[in-house]
Amino acid sequence: MKETRGKIYGVAGPTVLVKGMAGPVMNTVCLVGKQGLLGEIIRIKGELVTLQVYEDTSGISVGEEVISYGIPLSVTLGPGLLTGIFDGIQRPLEKIRQAAGGFITRGIKFEALDIDRLWEFTPLKKKGDFVEPGDIIGTVQETERIVHKIMVPPGQSGTITEIKTGKVSGAEYVCMLEKGKFIGLFQEWPVRKPRPFAAKLPPSTPFITGQRVFDTLLPVAEGGTAIVPGGFGTGKTVVEQSIAKFSRSDIVVYVGCGERGNEMSEILSDFPALKDPTSGLPLSLRTVIVVNTSNMPVAAREASIFTGITIAEYFRDMGYSVAMLADSISRWAEALREISSRLEEMPGEEGFPPYLATQLGIFYERSGKVRCLGTDNRTGSVTVISAVSPPGGDFSEPVTQASLRFAGSLWALDPDLAYRRHFPAVNWLASFSLYQAELNDWFVSEVAEDMVKLRGRLYSLLRRQTELRDIIQIIGVEALQEADRLTLEVANLATEAFLKQSAFSEVDAFNTYEKQYGILKSIFTFMESAEAALKRGVYIETILENPIRGRITRMKEFPNEGFSKKAEEMMRDIENEFTMLEEK
Amino acid sequence: MTIDLIKREYRTISSISGPLIFVEKLSGGSLGEMCVVELADGEKRTGQILQLMGTTAIVQVLQGTSGIDSDASSVLPTGETARIGVSKELFGRVLNGFGEPIDGLPPIIPDEYLDINGLPMNPAAREKPDFFVQTGISAIDGLNTLVRGQKLPIFSGAGLPAKELALQIVRQAKVSEAADFAVILGAMGITSREGFFFRKSLQEAGALERTIAFINEVSDPTIERLFTPRIALTVAEYLAFEHGYHVMVVLTDMTSYCESLREIGSAREEIPGRRSYPGYMYTDLATLYERAGRLKGKKGSVTLMPILTMPDDDITHPIPDLTGYITEGQIVLSRALHRKGIYPPVDVLPCLSRLMGLGIGEGKTRDGHRTISDQLYSAYARGMDVRRLVTIVGEEGLSDLDRKYLAFADEFERKFVGQGEADRSIDETLDLGLELLKSVPEREAVRRK
Ligand SMILES: Nc1ncnc2c1ncn2[C@@H]1O[C@H](COP(=O)(O)OP(=O)(O)OP(=O)(O)O)[C@@H](O)[C@H]1O
Ligand SMILES: [Mg+2]
Repeated sequence: MKETRGKIYGVAGPTVLVKGMAGPVMNTVCLVGKQGLLGEIIRIKGELVTLQVYEDTSGISVGEEVISYGIPLSVTLGPGLLTGIFDGIQRPLEKIRQAAGGFITRGIKFEALDIDRLWEFTPLKKKGDFVEPGDIIGTVQETERIVHKIMVPPGQSGTITEIKTGKVSGAEYVCMLEKGKFIGLFQEWPVRKPRPFAAKLPPSTPFITGQRVFDTLLPVAEGGTAIVPGGFGTGKTVVEQSIAKFSRSDIVVYVGCGERGNEMSEILSDFPALKDPTSGLPLSLRTVIVVNTSNMPVAAREASIFTGITIAEYFRDMGYSVAMLADSISRWAEALREISSRLEEMPGEEGFPPYLATQLGIFYERSGKVRCLGTDNRTGSVTVISAVSPPGGDFSEPVTQASLRFAGSLWALDPDLAYRRHFPAVNWLASFSLYQAELNDWFVSEVAEDMVKLRGRLYSLLRRQTELRDIIQIIGVEALQEADRLTLEVANLATEAFLKQSAFSEVDAFNTYEKQYGILKSIFTFMESAEAALKRGVYIETILENPIRGRITRMKEFPNEGFSKKAEEMMRDIENEFTMLEEK
Repeated sequence: MTIDLIKREYRTISSISGPLIFVEKLSGGSLGEMCVVELADGEKRTGQILQLMGTTAIVQVLQGTSGIDSDASSVLPTGETARIGVSKELFGRVLNGFGEPIDGLPPIIPDEYLDINGLPMNPAAREKPDFFVQTGISAIDGLNTLVRGQKLPIFSGAGLPAKELALQIVRQAKVSEAADFAVILGAMGITSREGFFFRKSLQEAGALERTIAFINEVSDPTIERLFTPRIALTVAEYLAFEHGYHVMVVLTDMTSYCESLREIGSAREEIPGRRSYPGYMYTDLATLYERAGRLKGKKGSVTLMPILTMPDDDITHPIPDLTGYITEGQIVLSRALHRKGIYPPVDVLPCLSRLMGLGIGEGKTRDGHRTISDQLYSAYARGMDVRRLVTIVGEEGLSDLDRKYLAFADEFERKFVGQGEADRSIDETLDLGLELLKSVPEREAVRRK
């Protein structure tokens, strides 16, 4: 580490120009000016060094001092991350609140993790063991829900000469290797550098969100990426939050990137009270929150997604399945644009820097299912689900387009559906999942033999619905053939009973695959019976007036537990009802 | 706002561009520092340092640069950031967009001076907004409920009655809110007629003594408009978090504000974003809108109702678009309803209150509120579809059911939305909603319990 100093030469928005630094290093951090604001070197041009500053720059004067210690922007990884809430550069917001009250004062500094807190360390290795990067030397019960594995950091290895047991703090070492190298509970990692792993693995299992339209129609694989573009108010945040609440992942890293403060206050107040569906323990125990709201400094917003993904990778490395939720990646891109324009770089499309897509790619590629470092061959995954906020709701803009190149699933949200309160407002025609084929085996073996087939039928039904709606626009419903009218009504039933899912309904907010399958199967049982009845000569009105349709719509009100039995009953009832229907 | 006395003086203006002047050989200036710009004839204007590069400072001049010359005019940095003197004496006062009295009364004696940019609220310190504000407007209370600490804009079009609606909300909310209710008006680029209308209506409502008005009129300096909302919000935070008031801030017209922002951007020769508005407009607007909210351990709240005019009634224009991306919903006005003589002409389909869920239900409004609202939405959306269909296939192509929905849509607009000046309680609103829903068939309204 080398220290170098310079003097401020210029200030423009979130960037500061510095002169007189000897040997500055790109992407290393500096303390800027009298208040010691944190900044990062983002350009070196002759004797002029440009910094992006992670705090508001007003009040900074030309001539003030800047110090660099040659360290890249890094996060602290270790026990205490879970339940935490951090800003874009991992400052602990709860501590800041305790010290400064309601507002974030400038230049305020705290260690990200509480270095004095004692943790009960249980060693898994002993003196004389040889350890390599990624090997788990011991564990700490970080929260009631999660065991935090203390790993040998990348780049270290050797024979253990001493290992502690019992209460340890982040300030001490827990394990000593030969030649005086030591391992502590905490490790630092530069946010812009992906954490290493042994091998990337192909996707093979779905990332279970509990949302019917995603899990059944548009699945994302564990370790995959999904993007959720949509205009304002179409439901991106509700999607992200529902996934944070209900997804079957071990760890959730939620990054509120340039969005609203009140949304975070909801998470903060709700998560400690809500139970996660797998363990029944409070959600906060598996959650790390990184939040840099829209009114917080833009440079820290730019850093926030890297802070988030680094934390996600760290838990992945322990062998966990991690959900990294970013709301919204567009705000990150705008931060990038804002800084780039202060640098007077040549702009690309819509003023975004030409390296937008490259940077986005680097971020999305940090998702994945991997075989972790370490000799035990464990696997872990980071699934990235990011909201995209296209200006004017127009998907042709650069951030949506660039994100599309890296996304395995596209969940396109549609204002028209949102206006009519059809939620999740997923326009399934405009959406896709590239994981379907890879996950088919899993669906057949884990859900039901005909699950893939039913999904295909649902697709054709929905396609037909669109065609029929177009026809109605020209000739009116009354002119439709009876068979087509029935198809349309079944499609409407599928829309109501299956696609719509309220995030506010306690029983329906999360669905197991058992429930998703049960509803889907009932819809198609209805369809088959109704078509048979129609052929037999039953009036279409008689079919449509039958209350069974309403009962299928209300199936979502049944809880997940024991759903397949409920569904079987329902299918029996459907068949019975229809055999009783009288012919014309 | 006051500006303290000065020591340094620079007669080194090298160039002038739009509202900006470039000052050379300036030392020790800091970003955001306020300056006095003194003209040859002794006239004093207010400036602020926007950028520093070596010894060159870019200074924006609030009152514009016309009449400034580079030889005889001088720039005097004050060593101060932009601050406003605050105290409860501000109640009942009318000030200009820069915080100086224009009501003929003497300046107030401030308790303290506050930086008008404020500081970002710590997300971990926010209290979740959950207190229902009854505005007396059915389209809002019933379908897009407002809660304390929310930011809910009105998207209007030229000539639509947004200001009337905002005033009606202020008037009626005042009645249902407690004694510690305060109103702050931040007006930017409004006509003198509108200014007069605001003052008169607030007076008639007996709300003047609870109101503080900052008014920048069309003829006032455009750059001043960048300060007006910040001053209004600083005073709001002061009243809310130091004195426990529930403050409703009305900012109008945000479109004028954004135009001033664009003016500075183009004078700085910045690379423009969409429709030539600056690329940082999202962030800039967020630093205003995000100042609404509640804080843990504090009694008061800041509720924000910005009004904006959608150019060409286009909701995808950057001003409404970026606003909608920051605020917690939007109330959209419709020209079609206005033409039909419906007041308030609220276009309910694109409206939204994201915090509605927190403010409704048993103990707040009424059990079943969400269901009624969802059903009204779904039935109205369907009625609107039918209305569109009629224009193509004619009434004959409709089924009986379609006709019912068509009739529902008409009734809904006339009775539920078009309430006129009436002040409805939440029960009246919900009962009316239930009444209207009777005309659509039970089995179709699938979400009905
Ligand atoms: N699954 C859902 N169930 C019920 N309501 C929903 C659902 N999804 C969205 N909504 C409704 O839509 C509103 C807007 O959703 P949300 O805040 O997620 O939009 P957004 O796309 O994140 O908008 P922005 O880009 O402005 O942040 C919510 O407040 C809620 O009322
Ligand atoms: Mg959102």
